[in-house]
Amino acid sequence: MAENIAITWRRIPERYRLAGTQCTTCKTKFFPPRKICSTCRRKGKIESFQFSGKGEIYSFSGVHSAPAGLELEIPYVLAIVQLVEGPKVTAQIVDCTENMVKFKDKVEFVFRKIRSDDPEGLIHYGYKFRLVK
Amino acid sequence: MTSETGIVGYGAYVPSYRIKAEEIARVWGEEPDRIIKGLGVMEKSVPGLDEDAATLAVEASRNALAVADIEPSRLGAVYVGSESHPYAVKPTATMVAEAIGSTPDVMAADLEFACKAGTAAIQIGMGLVASHMAEYSLAVGTDTSQGRPGDALEYTAGAGAAAFIIGRQKEQILAKLEATYSFTTDTPDFWRRQHAEFPTHGGRFTGEPAYFRHVMGATQGLFEKTGMEANDFDYFVFHQPNGKFPLEVAKKMGLDVEKVKPGLMTPIIGNTYSAASPIGLCAVLDIAKPGQRILLTSFGSGAGSDSFAMEVTDNLVEARERAPHKLAWYVGRKNYLDYGLYVKHRRKLKSL
Repeated sequence: MAENIAITWRRIPERYRLAGTQCTTCKTKFFPPRKICSTCRRKGKIESFQFSGKGEIYSFSGVHSAPAGLELEIPYVLAIVQLVEGPKVTAQIVDCTENMVKFKDKVEFVFRKIRSDDPEGLIHYGYKFRLVK
Repeated sequence: MTSETGIVGYGAYVPSYRIKAEEIARVWGEEPDRIIKGLGVMEKSVPGLDEDAATLAVEASRNALAVADIEPSRLGAVYVGSESHPYAVKPTATMVAEAIGSTPDVMAADLEFACKAGTAAIQIGMGLVASHMAEYSLAVGTDTSQGRPGDALEYTAGAGAAAFIIGRQKEQILAKLEATYSFTTDTPDFWRRQHAEFPTHGGRFTGEPAYFRHVMGATQGLFEKTGMEANDFDYFVFHQPNGKFPLEVAKKMGLDVEKVKPGLMTPIIGNTYSAASPIGLCAVLDIAKPGQRILLTSFGSGAGSDSFAMEVTDNLVEARERAPHKLAWYVGRKNYLDYGLYVKHRRKLKSL
């Protein structure tokens, strides 16, 4: 299903390059970016923060029954990645099969196609991760 | 033209998937040895299902930025050359600029000139940087090219990207861009019409009047323009549509074939089109020593060649270690596909 163009556009910095935010009061990093610190509330001060793209596998699963648009990619690995700066993100692990992935494996961020609104729609790009070996 | 610009950062990317020439030959009933010997290509790279010219360009550019060790916001221009831009209308360059964090204070556009759009981007960068219109300029050659099933091109059409950051700060220059010369004519050797899925080519016509005339014309022109000669160079990188043409150029021009081989990547990754000679340059920059001189000549069908003379500086040795991944790392990782999976990866079936 085609995503609204404005929603896609608004998320380009976070999807293309892991642009997040941090609270300068309590140093908590947020991804996806938040506009208000959930701890400090109005005492918090939010500014933009660039994540390094490095992390490790926190949890993962092999996907054998894909949502619409990703049918060609099965079987693929979907994981919760713990970024070194703290936040956890859900993303695909590319160029590997399920049996190649282990908990705590180091991963790095890559820029890939997420989905394509075929045949004439927008191509959506964003972050995925790759095992560092 | 002489200028005081140089390469301050470079990076490459090659997808992890490969298909062997032998496997393609099996499907089409060809004799594998004849194909491998005839084209000089053992296997070629294939993009992942979620990869295209834009994603390849982004990773090569990130590697180049790490080597250059500059803030992406300081790039004044981003030019991306490809013949497989993901959109017919909507620039790849804006996606690359956004993904590496150079927007919005940046010039950007896509280029297309068959296999030489990447080196055309380097020339534009040299002009912009030399004229102080930009502090740094990013030039990318990237392609996920297609060959018609059963066509000779299917054995060679690979995928890859190479990115170069052009700058003028002496203490940052890794390879001085001493001179460039182009040789251009209207020669109809290879083309793809709007909406056509696969390119059409002139078969043997792509050799003498197209590839050899332009590559040798540009190389000879560079010699004449600069007063340099073959002996002044330690490496020659030529466009490499297959594994044999660059070696034939060396023979025809009386160059040392051993100086061509280090930059010859097509036999193991295929012809990466706009990235082909640029990736060859990356391979050479990964091993070159300070003071050595490199000659690069690209070729784009249609047709034209850009030739460059460059001299490696002392800065290269330390800078290249900053790359998160070097070309050899990408070339070394291999996930082999059979022809069936290859068809799926390249979406060659009408229903895909």
